[in-house]
Amino acid sequence: MSCTVSMTVNGKTVSREVEERTLLVAFLREHLGLTGTHVGCDTSQCGACVVHVDGRSVKSCTTLAVQANGADVTTIEGLAAADGTLHPMQAAFREHHGLQCGFCTPGMVMSAVDLVRENPSPTEAEIREGLEGNICRCTGYHNIVKAVKAGAEAMAGGQATPVAAE
Amino acid sequence: MYAFNYQRPTSLADAATAIQADEAKLLGGGQTLLPTLKQRLARPTDLIDLGAIPELKGIREADGGLEIGAFTRHAEVAHSDLVKRVIPALASLAEGIGDRQVRNMGTMGGSIANADPSADYPSAVVALKSVVTTDRRTISGDDFFTGMFETALEPGEILKSVRYSRPDKAAYAKFRNPASRYAIVGVFVAKFGAEVRVAVTGAAGSVFRAEAFETALAADFRPEALNGLSVEADGLNADIHASADYRAHLVTVMAKRAVEAAR
Amino acid sequence: MANPNGIGASVRRREDQRFLTGRGNYTDDFKRLNMTHAVHVRSPYAHARILGIDVADALAMPGVVAVLTGADMEADKVGSLPCGWQIHSKDGSPMKEPPHYPLARDRVRYVGDAVAVVIAETREQARDAAEMVVVDYEELPAVGSSTRAIAGGAPLVHDDAPDNVCYDWHLGDKAATDAAFANAAHVAKIDLVNQRLVPNAMEPRAAMGEYDQSNGEYTLTTTSQNPHVTRLLMGAFVLGIPEHKLRVVAPDVGGGFGSKIFHYGEEAVVTWAARKVGRPVKWTADRSESFLTDAHGRDHVSHAELAMDADGNFLALRVSTLANLGAYLSTFAPSIPTYLYATLLAGQYKTPAIYAEVKAVFTNTSPVDAYRGAGRPEACYLIERLVDVAAGVMGMDKTEIRRRNFVPKEAMPYQTPVALQYDTGDFAKNLDIALPLVDYPGFQQRRAESKARGKLRGIGFATYIEACGIAPSNVAGALGARAGLYECAEVRFHPTGSVTVFTGAHSHGQGHETTFAQIVAERFGIPIENVEIVHGDTNKIPFGMGTYGSRSLAVGGSALVKAMDKVERKAKKIAAHMLEAAETDIEVKEGRFTVAGTDKSLGIGDIALQAYVPHNFPLDELEPGLDEQAFYDPKNFTYPNGCHVCELEIDPDTGVTTIVSFAAVDDFGNVINPLIVEGQVHGGLVQGIGQALYENCVYDEESGQLVTGSYMDYCMPRADDVPSFTVRYHEDQPCTHNPLGVKGCGEAGTIGAAAAVMNAVVDALSDYGVTHMDMPATPEKVWRTIRDAAPAMAAE
Repeated sequence: MSCTVSMTVNGKTVSREVEERTLLVAFLREHLGLTGTHVGCDTSQCGACVVHVDGRSVKSCTTLAVQANGADVTTIEGLAAADGTLHPMQAAFREHHGLQCGFCTPGMVMSAVDLVRENPSPTEAEIREGLEGNICRCTGYHNIVKAVKAGAEAMAGGQATPVAAE
Repeated sequence: MYAFNYQRPTSLADAATAIQADEAKLLGGGQTLLPTLKQRLARPTDLIDLGAIPELKGIREADGGLEIGAFTRHAEVAHSDLVKRVIPALASLAEGIGDRQVRNMGTMGGSIANADPSADYPSAVVALKSVVTTDRRTISGDDFFTGMFETALEPGEILKSVRYSRPDKAAYAKFRNPASRYAIVGVFVAKFGAEVRVAVTGAAGSVFRAEAFETALAADFRPEALNGLSVEADGLNADIHASADYRAHLVTVMAKRAVEAAR
Repeated sequence: MANPNGIGASVRRREDQRFLTGRGNYTDDFKRLNMTHAVHVRSPYAHARILGIDVADALAMPGVVAVLTGADMEADKVGSLPCGWQIHSKDGSPMKEPPHYPLARDRVRYVGDAVAVVIAETREQARDAAEMVVVDYEELPAVGSSTRAIAGGAPLVHDDAPDNVCYDWHLGDKAATDAAFANAAHVAKIDLVNQRLVPNAMEPRAAMGEYDQSNGEYTLTTTSQNPHVTRLLMGAFVLGIPEHKLRVVAPDVGGGFGSKIFHYGEEAVVTWAARKVGRPVKWTADRSESFLTDAHGRDHVSHAELAMDADGNFLALRVSTLANLGAYLSTFAPSIPTYLYATLLAGQYKTPAIYAEVKAVFTNTSPVDAYRGAGRPEACYLIERLVDVAAGVMGMDKTEIRRRNFVPKEAMPYQTPVALQYDTGDFAKNLDIALPLVDYPGFQQRRAESKARGKLRGIGFATYIEACGIAPSNVAGALGARAGLYECAEVRFHPTGSVTVFTGAHSHGQGHETTFAQIVAERFGIPIENVEIVHGDTNKIPFGMGTYGSRSLAVGGSALVKAMDKVERKAKKIAAHMLEAAETDIEVKEGRFTVAGTDKSLGIGDIALQAYVPHNFPLDELEPGLDEQAFYDPKNFTYPNGCHVCELEIDPDTGVTTIVSFAAVDDFGNVINPLIVEGQVHGGLVQGIGQALYENCVYDEESGQLVTGSYMDYCMPRADDVPSFTVRYHEDQPCTHNPLGVKGCGEAGTIGAAAAVMNAVVDALSDYGVTHMDMPATPEKVWRTIRDAAPAMAAE
């Protein structure tokens, strides 16, 4: 009841012998030690586990590792540049205080990047709707929305807008 | 999750063989099945992943309508230019399922075959005069859903595609459960010439057609035509989020909104 | 020049780099060599007798290391989880305090009560085996709600708690209150339920126990807001481990909101089991498990009456509350509906007489304890709903009745009739700032515009005052606290001038690593990069009481200031010696020590170096080193206060409520980091809005089964459920009794928001004769209210 699963994770090819029932999130956290991807619920709703599989955001707690066999997976650990320079979306979350306890943050950022990939200049309503699969208990979403808007602008090549005192 | 064997056949024929195993289950996008397995509410011996079977994929124009492969993800339907052109209401329905991540994994076939009473797709299958094709036969969309989590599919029968007819006008209006975001009530209204179909999901154990609504709308395709009409609350679903009479009320409200959007 | 990263600057958070790149270290991220995984076997019944537990089949499962039960704990003399606050009833008798074992012994008392733990090589193996533990239960009748608990003939949750009553307590002057009612011109009344909530920090609770046989030392890594408190409670009362042999680490913690204050049974189980199996043991809750076993919040049923004179001046308030404590006493449970609730019933008003009775009961539900706000949201909600009802009774404007009854700024310090003494507050000012933000005069026109579109528009006000930073310790002790409520800080200058601060406060989202560093950078005129904040480890921090009740800055920050005072005093002596001047001639400013009237000066870095390389140092007078520790015990509570205004629209066809705008004006005293303070307010607001519109923890009254046991049924507010906010604060009323002048901001949003939203909902429905609706205002409830009222409206 075990099988070999191989995939590219954050640019590196990995291969592990795992039980077939292993979820992608367990594969990342327990087998690869990539603990930036979190588990916040067991009903596929909170989004703390969101990663990109072949460029699309998915909930890694609701994906078997074997389903991602051969896929190209990006986790929060793979988002920043190799030298540690933050991805524009990560930088925008920091600039706009879009995180507090940090637990939902990796999934939130990964969702935001996917959202902007699909809609490069989202409105506030589109951002709010686009993040419906990610629950945050700390921020009240206010600063997350600002961060995603700024992150989208930065990803489009503009500068991250300076934070207003509100 | 209990342990299971995993198989990933590359043809429909291989899948049909694999599914004959004891207690085997088909795996689409897994967005319903995997949570069920995680809660240990099911114990399949084998999971047959349908993700590598070309025959199950793709969206194409057929008989003026659309033929959509069972293993087509909600996001693909939602973003398909073809769907948006031919049956925009279907794209909009798909865009409202679950959340972005669920849509990126979940498949149309999985949703339909599972026949969750609060799923969105069944309303489209019924309202759009669809034909369901399996690896064995074709089934009229009208006959496909037979009850709560029950369909006309026989054991081991694999859903291959669904052919949706192109309506003149159509829209889907959904009142979602604020917690789970499934449909408390979803109403798909489709107008084909003089004929109008109103399919309701979420409200009862299985999708159903509101025939009185259809008659009224066939005569006058305006929201006002539904004034004073309602479905019987008796027998509708009731839970902590919505009682049966609230659901009955919402059917009318959502039907009116769908008509308004479809006009 | 002011330090760019000093007090008042919106410094970007230093902790964010690790959180944003997936390098945070949460409890479940830890891995140890030979680590095992624990899964608890939990009761499926709300109330049952345990007739027997058969672990044989489970033990035979692959990978199983051990299966342990309450009997094993009893054999090892493991104690009961202690309660940290004792309340006495009206008649002077102490509260009922039944034992609460980490693993149940003879009876289970709520769904989720742990009866055994399976320890295995992997989590899945432990889960597989947990299903094979056979527990023979005899199901007993259950009590699923507080009202059922006190109904005649209700089953007893604990045999030694007659009528399921834990305590029957009161506060205030009953005679004066009754007299005021006898003379009242008008009385406003309300019956309301403050529904139970599930805290839902996004990181589920987790705990990892380790035991080092070579030296007898235990380490518990846990999701805690206060590791020292857990060390004290678990070490002294449950496992009998002395502090010097027990290390408790609370690493990065993914939100708490109160639910991670308490010492939970799982912490004791993994620590104890680690020694039993000779290997590290880790347990991480599933969300479903969190729903069942995290301490819940709120759950009050109240009746309240407000007496007024002919002009709408408040004369007296009478409150009777039934509080549900759940199946057992969680760590601070008894204090929540008493000293954190009834003492706040004056609100912002000069009501001269108040009398409150609180009956707290046991039920077959998850324990209830502090959840963000903890008693204060319940008080605010009750007062502010009642004041709106009073405005209706008087036919007065809702802002006017509030303004008329505010405690005026000039009356500060103000002694309330319910024990507290407010130090500062300018309540009228809060309202004055808020009204233009929401264009109150334009509301009637907006309401008419909504009506033209078939929508119902409402506006709701809520004012609140909270008491934060419970203290002083001796007063809290006299009221039943079994712990001190001070905080500790250590400021350690290193030889080359950088600083490490050790604080007993714990950050799990609050940003202490940034704000505490700002305070140090400002004080000593050093770059913020040269300051490191360490928290969350009993082996590193001298002592600490942790983070809850919006106390970190007011109490922990004050301890930090005291420690910095000590550092500065010593540095001044060293500077005097080095500069060959009298100590009295040394002037200190932002870490610069100058001989008055000269250009002779030293920086704190020069002094730090000399302190550790004491070649030119007053060794006969001073010890080397520059490392000082301080404890701070507050003289009084702090009193954050504010005014929240919510405007919303209801769709009568569906009953859906949409918040159009929300403005919060707060007085937190001085503000260290505006960006972080505003973030705290935003998050608090959404928790309050969540209670008002979405969240509801539902138990089946008869069976005691949790109906809302997952995010499928428990509605968490999501990004598209809430608006952006208008947040303002003023710093005109700094706290008078702590050195930073700060009051605390962590809970404010939650305290005011629910009342503001519900007042707006009721306002929107006022045309239908609605004067109250219990939370949450779900679409069906709103729709039904309108439908039931509509025929009556039509008949008029």
